[in-house]
Amino acid sequence: MKNGFMVPSRRGFLAGTAAAATAFAMGARPRPAAAATRLLNVSYDPTRELYADAGRAFSAFWAKAHGGERVVVTSSHGGSGAQARSVLEGAPADVVTLGLAYDIDILAQHGLLAADWQTRLPHNSTPYTSTIVFLVRKGNPKGIHDWPDLLRDGVQVITPNPKTSGGARWNYLAAWGWALRQPGGSEASATAYLKSLFAHVPVLDTGARGATNSFVQRGLGDVLIAWEDEALLATRELGPDTFDIVVPPVTILAEPPVAVVDKNVQAHGTEAVAKGFLDFLFTPEGQRIGAKHYFRPVDPAIVAETASVFPKTTTFDVASLGGWTKVQKTHFADGGVFDQIYSR
Amino acid sequence: MVFCLRRRDGLPGLSISIAFTLVWIGLIVALPLTALVLRPWQEGGGAMLRALHDARMYAALRVSFGCAALAAAIDVPLGLLLAWALVRARLPGRRAIDALIDLPFALPTAVTGITLATLYGPTGWVGALLARAGIRVAYTPAGIVAALMFVGLPFIVRAVEPVLRGLPPELEEAGLLLGASPLQNFRRVILPPLLPPLVAGFSLAFARCIGEYGSVIFIAGNQPFHSEIAPLLIVVRLQEYDYNGATAIALILLLSALVCMTGVAALRRRVSRGLVARGAA
Repeated sequence: MKNGFMVPSRRGFLAGTAAAATAFAMGARPRPAAAATRLLNVSYDPTRELYADAGRAFSAFWAKAHGGERVVVTSSHGGSGAQARSVLEGAPADVVTLGLAYDIDILAQHGLLAADWQTRLPHNSTPYTSTIVFLVRKGNPKGIHDWPDLLRDGVQVITPNPKTSGGARWNYLAAWGWALRQPGGSEASATAYLKSLFAHVPVLDTGARGATNSFVQRGLGDVLIAWEDEALLATRELGPDTFDIVVPPVTILAEPPVAVVDKNVQAHGTEAVAKGFLDFLFTPEGQRIGAKHYFRPVDPAIVAETASVFPKTTTFDVASLGGWTKVQKTHFADGGVFDQIYSR
Repeated sequence: MVFCLRRRDGLPGLSISIAFTLVWIGLIVALPLTALVLRPWQEGGGAMLRALHDARMYAALRVSFGCAALAAAIDVPLGLLLAWALVRARLPGRRAIDALIDLPFALPTAVTGITLATLYGPTGWVGALLARAGIRVAYTPAGIVAALMFVGLPFIVRAVEPVLRGLPPELEEAGLLLGASPLQNFRRVILPPLLPPLVAGFSLAFARCIGEYGSVIFIAGNQPFHSEIAPLLIVVRLQEYDYNGATAIALILLLSALVCMTGVAALRRRVSRGLVARGAA
């Protein structure tokens, strides 16, 4: 009896220890030599490769400028909103590089950084921009060229749920802004356009990568509304003979901003390095790294250099739609326009 | 200790064990649940009221509970069959199958969801076949049921298996000798003692399926009023930084689950009592 009781419990203990050991091993990073400053960059999903590169380049850049002082930038990635929540709940982020300004505004509202954070760096604190494009099957069999084409009979559109995905909010706002800018466009006509658009959406994935998977791996839908960097990545990585990118004539300027988290850097004593890292993103070297990962640069010289990668298009920004706080409240809050689209 | 031994409780150090258990349960189960119950009222009952008036939440609850009940119900005969095969049939590779059954417990639910969505998607192995027959599973409530069946199956098998293994063969032999047909034998001799573990397995699977998120989200389609599950609505509220709203839905989900589970527990007691009464008679 006693044995029978002991055995499973010991096994449970061993299993627990093994799990803890594995978790520890997976969490452990290669430890740099002593005195290296660590910088935690809390970012969103599609920037994984970008900030791995930028972090490495910055370490070299900083060491050269400061007599060999070592800095290691680690980045954490996830959905933009979930990442902002983790910082809100105490993740020790020195800098945040998120998918939309609203998620950083929330941090500012809770006193983690100054309310005027977006004016502290050039270009609305946005080192790289992107835009919203259409990814279609090779040869564009459904002839998708512009926003109205998405509403044609038999066209299925893949876009994630703007409630759960920051990326999807840009998709939604691109469509909204386009509809507003049509002759005779009004809030009512734009709502009607979005309502018909979402009637063509067979699956509301919860995240942008999930939507890309639905379209790319599972062959679902005719058009994926996506960030340009995701679309370029998908075509370059998965073979240019499977997909085409269609840049609509009018689309949104997606600005994923960056900011130093004042309260955390003060606690860590990393103010100078954190600011140095964000400034680095705006240097020609930082801008070229962004372009390499298919984000549009903001420095005019690098824009000219990379013009062949990024086709010209007319864009409008979120400020022209009233800014994030207003947009969030009207469209994505409980009972907002998006909820009305799906209400009965 | 002495007290315990005199009482013949069988387990040495019972009072210490009980104290330890209660503290542990308090920390691990009761504390978070209390926080969950208190949170929605923090800024008055507004969040709760709003949740209670949300037609979309009721639709999501219907989807969650309906699909969970259906999946658990379909799992009952399947699980019984599997347990039967494991215990009675001398299958080659029985040990491997035995280990496979527990796999849904260990597999990250997101992996389950993505695998199932790929399999049942319009171009997947199963999905393409079904599409030819005009049946759509992925991105409909049927997809939710498929994912939940996968997650819930081991509960039934593991609940029934030990009882089936402990069933003395003499009972069946006696039944056969007394002239019962195989069907009669199954219905009158074998099934009655299996009913309590089947109901227990059903309730476990059902409970697990109500709250399931990861495996469902990839295959559900997530269309409001149609294939949107209640846990997704909670995530939506969190994304709006609306913690009160999120906990309000969680609390309603929890209370509904509690009501359902109480019902299932009552059913289980009745089934067991019936068995004891019949055994005594």
